[in-house]
Amino acid sequence: MSEFVFLFRATEAGRREALGTPERAQRSLQAWLAWIRDLEARGHLRHRGQPLEPTGKVVRGKNKVVTDGPYLEAKDLLLGFIVIEARDLAQAVELSAGCPIVEGGGSVEIRPVGTLAV
Amino acid sequence: MVAALTRIFGVHNLALAEDVVQDAFCRALDVWSVRGIPDNPAAWLMTTAKNRALDVIRRDRTARTFAPEMGRLLETEWTIGSVVDEAFAAHAIRDEQLRMMFSCCHPRLPEESQVALILNILCGFGAAEIAGAFLAGGAAIEKRISRGKKVLARARRLFDLSDAEFTQRLSAVRRALYLLFNEGYHGASAESAVRAELCAEAMRLTALLREYPPAATPETDALASLMCLHAARLPARLDAAGDLHPLFEQDRSRWDAGLVAEGLTLLERSAAGPAVTASHVEAAIAAAHVSAPTTDETDWPLIVSLYDRLMTIAPSPVVELNRAIAVGERDGADRGIAALRAIHDRERLDRYPFYPAAMGELELRRGNPAAARALFTAALALARNPTERRFLEKRVRACGDEPSAPQVEKKSVRRAPARTSKR
Repeated sequence: MSEFVFLFRATEAGRREALGTPERAQRSLQAWLAWIRDLEARGHLRHRGQPLEPTGKVVRGKNKVVTDGPYLEAKDLLLGFIVIEARDLAQAVELSAGCPIVEGGGSVEIRPVGTLAV
Repeated sequence: MVAALTRIFGVHNLALAEDVVQDAFCRALDVWSVRGIPDNPAAWLMTTAKNRALDVIRRDRTARTFAPEMGRLLETEWTIGSVVDEAFAAHAIRDEQLRMMFSCCHPRLPEESQVALILNILCGFGAAEIAGAFLAGGAAIEKRISRGKKVLARARRLFDLSDAEFTQRLSAVRRALYLLFNEGYHGASAESAVRAELCAEAMRLTALLREYPPAATPETDALASLMCLHAARLPARLDAAGDLHPLFEQDRSRWDAGLVAEGLTLLERSAAGPAVTASHVEAAIAAAHVSAPTTDETDWPLIVSLYDRLMTIAPSPVVELNRAIAVGERDGADRGIAALRAIHDRERLDRYPFYPAAMGELELRRGNPAAARALFTAALALARNPTERRFLEKRVRACGDEPSAPQVEKKSVRRAPARTSKR
């Protein structure tokens, strides 16, 4: 078994679509709950992860310049992550298919956890 | 609410669940006293408790472990909100209450503790009220509850309704509901002798049990029947002034015909199984009472024989006391008194006002007002609430012995003294 990080991305419009009203938020959260529950029940949930607020600050460059960002207008915002366990990349892709964010027009980026070769 | 919260926190965090509920109530008092009571107070409390639960989980999730059934869903913001919402949904709360009823009936706990826990956790009774229902001391009950909670805490998991020992626990659950109903019906320690809402609570939980197929056995039907047949008499048992009327002087037209019919139907249905349990017999006794248009037309020989049967299934001094009263009706006061004196384990009734009161009733009937007066006075000293006190004061006055005694009100004169005057 190997570890994979799922990075959830969506546009601000997509996010508003999913969470904009209490009813829609409720429905979206129910969908997340069902999906994550399923991953856990099948033993794939390695780390709970967390959702992320869409914007914060960015520190960049040798001079450590602090700017606002990422901007809400950005094409896709990183909205959270979880860590799963799967046999291989193919299975990880399969597991991501049921993710509600994809249904809502967003994306899941699937990245194997790497090793830093010294 | 405690049940729902325990589902989330785990039984081992029962105290935390109780704190959260208490907190929600305190906050309600604060806010309501300023802004007035909201349109839907129950929903308001629920939302407050839910938010408070979320705070607690966020604060403690690294330091505490919560319910193992929740897995890791509480660890992450991805799912925490929905999981907590789910636990607070109406149907989930119903299931949690069922599950909690069965959890309280842990086999490592003695039966009395199981019952005390249900009354405490699911019905919010204080130790004093539970002590009243059990004819036991408040400190003993308190100890019983805290020990019970420790055992639950070690259990970690709420009882799974599909577990193998389900049937064993079911009977403990029924017994607890029965005692809860009795607490409402006889109301030992509350302001009012009949607290209809407690009876309603017991009937609600019993109905819950009957909705769950594996728990809907003939014995559960018998218990439900018993409750209906007793509850049917509630409107006549306590009048508008809050005065208690014993069976003998109740206005039978005020009995709830709907509940009588339901009780009789349930009794019939309860006969489906092979076993005759204490509930069956007690429901049959109640049915014999409600089927009689007057006390005189009551089938007392049948009732005495049913009590005899009950004594073989579930002997207790209170059952024997009731049997003795029925014997007094069937064979006359002398026999009744002899039966009262013969009660086995009579010292367990030492603090029970209706033992001397029953004796007093029979003394009065056989023409001994002085003895009756002393007995009613003794009963009065044991009265546990104002309603019992007023009732027993009337009985003392009915003996009409002491010159300083106030005039006996006409409506309080019961059948018993009337009989004496005929003799």
